[in-house]
Amino acid sequence: MTLTYYALTGAVLVGLGAYGLLAVPHLIRRIIAFNLMGSGLFLFFGAAGARGGVPDAIPQALIITGIVVALSASALAVGLVVALARRSGKAFLPDDYPADDEDRAP
Amino acid sequence: MSALVAVLTLPLVAALGVFVVPARLRVPMALASAAMITGAALALCVTVARGGPVMLMAGGWAPPIGIALRADGLAAALIIMTALVMGAVTCAAWFEASPARAGPRMAFGFWPLMLLLWGALNAVYLSRDLFNLYVGLELISLAAVALAALSGTAQAFAAALRYMIFALAGSLLYLAGVVLAYAAHGTLDIGLLTARTPAQGDALALGLMTAGLLAKTALFPFHVWLPPAHASAPAPASALLSALVPKASFLILMRLWFEAMPDLATPAALLALAVPGAAAVLWGGVLALVQKRLKLIIAYSTVAQLGYMFLVFPLAGGGGAAQPWAAGAWTGAVFHALSHGLAKAAMFLAAGIYIAAVGSDRLGDLRGLARALPMTGFAFALAAITLMGLPPSGGFTAKYLLMTSAFAAGQWPWALLLAGGGLLAAGYFYRPMVALFARDARVPLLRSIPRAWQSVPLVLAVLSIMLGLLSATPFDLLQVGRPPPASEGL
Repeated sequence: MTLTYYALTGAVLVGLGAYGLLAVPHLIRRIIAFNLMGSGLFLFFGAAGARGGVPDAIPQALIITGIVVALSASALAVGLVVALARRSGKAFLPDDYPADDEDRAP
Repeated sequence: MSALVAVLTLPLVAALGVFVVPARLRVPMALASAAMITGAALALCVTVARGGPVMLMAGGWAPPIGIALRADGLAAALIIMTALVMGAVTCAAWFEASPARAGPRMAFGFWPLMLLLWGALNAVYLSRDLFNLYVGLELISLAAVALAALSGTAQAFAAALRYMIFALAGSLLYLAGVVLAYAAHGTLDIGLLTARTPAQGDALALGLMTAGLLAKTALFPFHVWLPPAHASAPAPASALLSALVPKASFLILMRLWFEAMPDLATPAALLALAVPGAAAVLWGGVLALVQKRLKLIIAYSTVAQLGYMFLVFPLAGGGGAAQPWAAGAWTGAVFHALSHGLAKAAMFLAAGIYIAAVGSDRLGDLRGLARALPMTGFAFALAAITLMGLPPSGGFTAKYLLMTSAFAAGQWPWALLLAGGGLLAAGYFYRPMVALFARDARVPLLRSIPRAWQSVPLVLAVLSIMLGLLSATPFDLLQVGRPPPASEGL
């Protein structure tokens, strides 16, 4: 039963992350959304991989690897956002600036 | 066996090595390791061609606990194509990436990233485990995004970030599919998945993995990140991004649809893969026709050329693939991947020479350059012949095989598409050729281009032609250990 809660929470996190990745223009928020989605997937993986209620070592090993991969991807992405913001003064991609100027971070 | 381990580990060790050695040793070390890895790739190729597929269980653990690595004909062919392109790019970058001309970012960053990309590509070609493929894909994306950002302008950073967002979304979709496959079957080994008992969630798992891989392969309509990222990178990096990176995710698609879950390949699903491919050929071609910069023309041509590869799915997949034309289409698609890799790398390296010579890649600035740099002009023309699919090039062999299968299968619209795409390619390469071979008086070049540098794209372009002239050897190599759905007839 607990596993079902874990799996459902994971699914909700994936949904929230997917929304953020698609709908939010600010690049740092998009990176956070990507991490939310990844964490949701890992949580789901841990729950769904425990076949028959017995904890399974393989998904846990894969999740650890996946966390490392997601961490290095986030680090590179943040580095690129910082470099872009230093040169252009904006943390948005050129085509999708937000409509309201209040939301625009330097 | 040892060659298989060498093509995986040598690039990674060398990537770390060039990172720590003093600056004056960096380029010699990169050149030496490129030569060694190419040697290992050749040795692996010969072993596979003579003795059949090479298997390795990492650490001595058999699947489902361990990870299987396997070099079949397809993997060996891609490894050798990658080695040829990487070798040529290394030589070109040796001339181009000196700190004085290219800036410290390119002179320092290019070598470790290039070697890292090489190791990750080889890992994806050889791996038989879906999660290991995920890690390989991520390594490729990280190296490729960093390569796209190397020129250090705001434009390049924006293009790299757009690329990164597509790549990250794609890998999460792929990972979601992998999770579902593991939850249903308790294994991620391709061989064990082939023999699985089909479960209900299989179609969703395969669909998610496929969607993720399509975003990474830049298939229409997921192509929008590709032209800016490829065009804003320095030329040797563009050559790697365009010639090699999309082939890795395409290879995983082929592994999934022909080897892991061929039973799910219904005609409707295969058509759904090929229709965006057809749209890519037409849309990429039309956009390439209207570009004003050489690198953007070449980049949009990549969007178009990637579309052809997806014709393999309706022509060779499905129904346990009992059709007699399946093998021809499968081999044709792989031939296309190989010849496109060689020719596209030649084109970007030629573009790099033009940019070094006149400081711009606008078509108007390139007028008459074929007279000043005849070898580069010849290389560009040969590469264009391959990409148009004219005989006797490798691109012609690929299109001939695909077209024969299309007629044999009674799916003639694909044959029309192949012919139409060739015409479009002739159209979009006509404009740069007219500019290059114009009889204008030239302004003097910004710098002289050594003959050795000029010969690098020429060698690649000649190789892409030779792939058609001497197609028997690569053809035989591809037959080694290919999947059952691709071994019938023709």
